[in-house]
Amino acid sequence: MEYDTPIAQTLIDQERLVGKPLDRVDGPLKVHGKATYAYEHHVGDRTAYGFIVTAGSGKGKAAFIETASAEAMPGVLLVWTWKNAPKQADPTMPNTVPQLHSMDVMHNGEAVALVVAESFEQARAAALAIAIQYETADGAYNFSALKGTGIVPPEGMFKPETQAGDFEAHFPTAPVQLDVTYTTPNQSHAMMEPQATLAVWEDDRLTVYTATQMANWTQNTIAATLQIAPENVRVVAHYIGGGFGSKLHVFGDAILAALAAQALRRPVKIELTRSQIFNHTTHRSPTIQRVRLGARKDGKLLAIAHENVVANLPGHHFFEPVALATTFLYGGAHRRTTHHMVELDLPESASMRAPGEAVGMLALECAMDELAEKLGTDPVELRIINEPAQNPEDDTPFSARKLAECLRHGAALFGWEKRNKKPGQRREGRLLIGHGMAAAARGNLLMPAKSEIMLTPEGRLVVKSSMTDIGTGTYTILTQIAAEMLGLNPEQIDIQLGDTDFPAGPGSGGSWGAASSGSSVYYACEALRQKLAALAGMGADARFEEGLIRSGNRSKSLADLVGASGLSATGEIKPGKTEKAYTQAGYGAHFCEVAVDADTGETRVRRMLGVFAAGRILNAKTARSQAIGGMVFGIGAALTEDLVVDTRYGYFVNHDLAEYHVPVHADVPDIDAVYLPELDDKANPLKAKGVGELGISGAGAAVANAVYNACGVRIRDYPLTLDKIMAGLDGG
Amino acid sequence: MEQIIKVRFSANGQHPELDLDPRTTLLDALREHLRLTGVKKGCDHGQCGACTVLVNGQRINSCLSLAVMHEGDDIATIETEDSAIIAALQDAFIEHDGFQCGYCTPGQICSAAGMLDEIRRGVPSHVTKLLGEETIQITDAEVRERMSGNICRCAAYPNIVRAIMQAAGAVP
Repeated sequence: MEYDTPIAQTLIDQERLVGKPLDRVDGPLKVHGKATYAYEHHVGDRTAYGFIVTAGSGKGKAAFIETASAEAMPGVLLVWTWKNAPKQADPTMPNTVPQLHSMDVMHNGEAVALVVAESFEQARAAALAIAIQYETADGAYNFSALKGTGIVPPEGMFKPETQAGDFEAHFPTAPVQLDVTYTTPNQSHAMMEPQATLAVWEDDRLTVYTATQMANWTQNTIAATLQIAPENVRVVAHYIGGGFGSKLHVFGDAILAALAAQALRRPVKIELTRSQIFNHTTHRSPTIQRVRLGARKDGKLLAIAHENVVANLPGHHFFEPVALATTFLYGGAHRRTTHHMVELDLPESASMRAPGEAVGMLALECAMDELAEKLGTDPVELRIINEPAQNPEDDTPFSARKLAECLRHGAALFGWEKRNKKPGQRREGRLLIGHGMAAAARGNLLMPAKSEIMLTPEGRLVVKSSMTDIGTGTYTILTQIAAEMLGLNPEQIDIQLGDTDFPAGPGSGGSWGAASSGSSVYYACEALRQKLAALAGMGADARFEEGLIRSGNRSKSLADLVGASGLSATGEIKPGKTEKAYTQAGYGAHFCEVAVDADTGETRVRRMLGVFAAGRILNAKTARSQAIGGMVFGIGAALTEDLVVDTRYGYFVNHDLAEYHVPVHADVPDIDAVYLPELDDKANPLKAKGVGELGISGAGAAVANAVYNACGVRIRDYPLTLDKIMAGLDGG
Repeated sequence: MEQIIKVRFSANGQHPELDLDPRTTLLDALREHLRLTGVKKGCDHGQCGACTVLVNGQRINSCLSLAVMHEGDDIATIETEDSAIIAALQDAFIEHDGFQCGYCTPGQICSAAGMLDEIRRGVPSHVTKLLGEETIQITDAEVRERMSGNICRCAAYPNIVRAIMQAAGAVP
């Protein structure tokens, strides 16, 4: 069903279970080590182990490969290179990721050989024995040197250029002007479970147990690459050890495990090593962002431009949509956003948690802080002054927007009025203490989703969808929705996810998972309620309570009604007219206190608060956790995360978790996140919006603004590492 | 010709004899040979802590240790049913939502069990104020410092600290 008109009152509105802080239903499995991730499935004792060799050069050719010694090593079952790997779809065909198909190396980290052996140790040893000589080509690796060569990418999911009014005419006449350029580095998802796949063939049907956020996309990509029918590929992903965008795509582990399992007629499993992940898979593009803000003296914005340079491999059209939030966050009649893409021969740029907002707001929200200082206006007030009545680019109404409420509520909770407005004024021994804030915004999406439910003769409800739970809490919120709708207890619900043999769910990405899959379950439950009421001879007034259906003084047990074979129903949702008719987003406000060591330049976050409004919150506990997780991603982006390019040889140098610095326990204080009540009936029948990416949006800017307030050093080149802060402190 | 070495250790009270390639890490022996897949491989390089297990009560990164070095050792993984503190941590992690994807969780819990024992034995950390004190207080700061070898990219850190503090209080 297409979601064309906002829904009225629903059964979800009673919030008997929905919204409550129910413990994760998959929690007991996870804390006891019983949740099974891709590499851990057991399909008999004949499983062979694969180990991929990835390209050690940048752009070039894997011209000479010597495999004889590897082939002769104990336990080795198969050695493949571009010379003898099975034929796959042409890489120019859509949705394909053929491996070992040519001697050409497009970028460091591509698969150049595969070894499969009886044991992991044998496969790894043989992989190390393969000798490869590369012919290197002149590659484009230096983003900042090539920033002027960017081209406008084609419009895909996002628009590379937007505008309203006439920015160029009105910016120069604005009484107060800001023109600043921020840069953000390459970033890596660094999820905890590496990409891994176990492949098993039965006759001509392939089953892959794989770490994926998108079971159906993965099914289609594997089928297209292997040139087989999608229905002959079953993808299973019951538990996924973190996503953040890292498992949206299909990589060498899945394709090569599938091909090797077919060739050897036995199960094969392959896991990428941690050090392979950074160059073999995807990452977030670096950005160069010029932000120009023109305002009246009272703070009202007249002109906004956000012009960006990003990067990707030649032939890849995905671009980091840096200016997404800029298009709707603040008012101002004259505006423009642009994106230019530089072609680099580095690993592929793709989505990472909140593509667009996560890095775009690092610049926009610091620029707003800079403008507030120029104007002598409180940064919170500056944002409230610039609240637009409707989308300032296309004039569509906002579906539900509580940015001002989040800002005010957060400022009060945090004690914002107690901060020092002038930078560098508060000192505790060696520590300079500062406070910063930033707005949060993340566009809301709805994706097509289907699910099937069945009430069993025992009175249990089974819910099936290929939707995934990457740690977001899908198992739990679907339990709450189904139990709410049918008057059952959470213990009576069995959620089965992550299997393409089930109806197609939306997958986990873009924060659309909960609302999209939850809506499909909502409609399935509505359908099942109607069937049950008809069976019971009851009308629309039937109530579902405690495993019974009731009407007037009559009641019947659901288990009795469904008989021996159970009773099923399906539910489906697709985006409809409300998608285009309204600008839909979640909003929030971040507040942060940091201490900067005046002697070492070391920054420690001391406390942080996020206040958000994102429609109905489906589970208060898991939604809070997601917000905190996003905010910590923001701390990493602000202070430490930087995937460094070797511009001579074309690869990411710090390709492990010791050198790519994600926040650890000691970096994270007692952060809190609060949601304001909101219902967004334009978004979907649940009236809920995405929360998984809202928490990161703007978070790092609040940290950076706090650093500036602490020590008076404004750094526009992320991350804000000690060397940059020290240079600023020395200069001042 | 490859060498196979026999090794026997206790894994959660079981005493299997394993015929292992000597290159097999303790992590892979547990995961691939004993199918104790609660022990997780996150980096295989001692950088993430997901593979943390208790060896004779002490926490180690099982990826950095070869299985053949553990002849006769007593190894406890997240699957153990014989540890009051691990059971308390498991309950507290659920109550405080100390995880999302769950992949680092077994390591966090085993590490926390070992960590609390280190504090009680008086092993100081970088944030311990007074060295040589009889007792070190279990504080948020001590927990954060000592747990920093266990990365959680979902960043359940504040919830993990709350869970550990609760479990530490519940199990003396």
